[in-house]
Amino acid sequence: MGSLPLFFRLMAASISGQARYPASALLLTVGQFLGTGIEVIAVWALFHRFGEVQGWAIGEVALFYGLVNCMFAIADALGRGFDVLGTEFLRTGTFDRLLLRPRPLALQLMGNDVRVSRLGRLLQGVIVLVFATVQAGIAWTPGAVALALFALAGGVALFLGILVLQGTLSFWTVESLEIANVLTYGGVQAAQYPLALYAQWFRRVLTFIVPLACVAYYPALAILGKPDPLGAPGWVGMVSPLAGFVFLAAAFGAWRIGLRRYASTGS
Amino acid sequence: MSPRDLLRPYAAAFVSRFLQMLQYRTAALAGFATQCWWGGIKVMVFAAFYGGSAIAGAASSMSLAQAISYTWLAQGLLVLLPWLGDPEVAQAVRTGAVAYDRLRPVDAYALWFARSAGWIAARLLPRMALMAAFAAVVLPLAGLGEWAWQPPANAVAGVAFLLSVVLALLLSTAMVMLLNVAATAALNERGISAVATPVVIVFSGNLLPLALLPDAWQAALLVQPLAGLFDIPARLYFGQLSGWHALRGLGLQCFWIVALVAFGRLAMGRTMRSLQVQGG
Repeated sequence: MGSLPLFFRLMAASISGQARYPASALLLTVGQFLGTGIEVIAVWALFHRFGEVQGWAIGEVALFYGLVNCMFAIADALGRGFDVLGTEFLRTGTFDRLLLRPRPLALQLMGNDVRVSRLGRLLQGVIVLVFATVQAGIAWTPGAVALALFALAGGVALFLGILVLQGTLSFWTVESLEIANVLTYGGVQAAQYPLALYAQWFRRVLTFIVPLACVAYYPALAILGKPDPLGAPGWVGMVSPLAGFVFLAAAFGAWRIGLRRYASTGS
Repeated sequence: MSPRDLLRPYAAAFVSRFLQMLQYRTAALAGFATQCWWGGIKVMVFAAFYGGSAIAGAASSMSLAQAISYTWLAQGLLVLLPWLGDPEVAQAVRTGAVAYDRLRPVDAYALWFARSAGWIAARLLPRMALMAAFAAVVLPLAGLGEWAWQPPANAVAGVAFLLSVVLALLLSTAMVMLLNVAATAALNERGISAVATPVVIVFSGNLLPLALLPDAWQAALLVQPLAGLFDIPARLYFGQLSGWHALRGLGLQCFWIVALVAFGRLAMGRTMRSLQVQGG
């Protein structure tokens, strides 16, 4: 079986497993929807009280918010295997079984546990995008749609890259550390506001080290047709999502180094 | 028996759980780093909102410096949020070890209460200390003084705050006990906590200081039990509640502790009568 059909087969198996407990899957999805929805309350309450933030209206900020949450929802559904690599694979020794199979390791991990409940976050992201469209009057021309999909793909790649790095780290620590949440959940939190709000050193981190701004901020500016208050030219948003793919490639590079030094825990 | 003898088993349960939880140092440090990042982003967002609006002072009963201190305070007190029942209780129910607790000649509710309080306190104290070191000492030294955690309004406010944190710990434990009972009844509390968590985050003030939520909600926000976890301690810290108002705040916390403990005992009694111990 080729890699891609294998991946879909694994994915289907994982999803049908969760479908055996429909009430639980539904409750977890609702929980994800509510749990990610509360950040919306924070954004809404702040705009309700202050009106605007440095010239940004709530509809514009909602575009960042919706895009980032859709990206993370998809990446998180696909990348759970890397997230739990330490606790569920390395410590138990199950990882050795994956290594023995003559199939790409990354695909096996990605297809291992495709979480249906992430639909909750995805749905919430989509609703916020609809709100942004109405509120900020976004014209979804074919060009804008294409750019949004490109940004989405780049963002999924970036968040997957973070999850791969988290998995890589667990080759050393043999556990899944909460520290990676700084980049996953913390990244979502940072990228759902316009980059221009942040201090300069933090903007640099988000552009050049963990390029969240490249997949969310610059493309969203291009979709909104809004000039960058920091002076980046308009074409930046058209190419910057590529940084997400570069990040993913770099993460897999680190993954291979970690894999080479992997020694089974033997349990 | 003297009162001291009567209390001994509960004190022992508290202390042993406290010491046991202090072992998880790596996890605590990782959690701490996450909280600093989180707080940092929130502080920058607050600074942007306050900075952009000329009427910031009029629009809000809370200054930027207070909103920033509130953020760090909330990050330090994060483990007070009752997300989950005590995992040890849940495990005892699943494995059937709960039967031993039922056989002991002590009050089962009080024993679990003491254990859960120890569990929460052991995660609370190191994080508070680390957060204070980071936000009140390191940030100013790093030249980010305006992002720092400010000292309390005055000495009285500081004392009232500490007292209020102790009450918040008891209140949090009373809520965790309700989750424990729910876990015992349902054998699984994940569904409950998935729905309860967002409510807790919003109404405790962890998401945003309650004073920044719409003005029309303020009266209702202040009397609900979750305000006692963060918001009342924080208002005492800033001196917003002083004199009689401070006593009312502390009294409200006490009221909710008593009410929730009474409800928890009742619920636990009912659950225990129908509990079927999982064999093992």
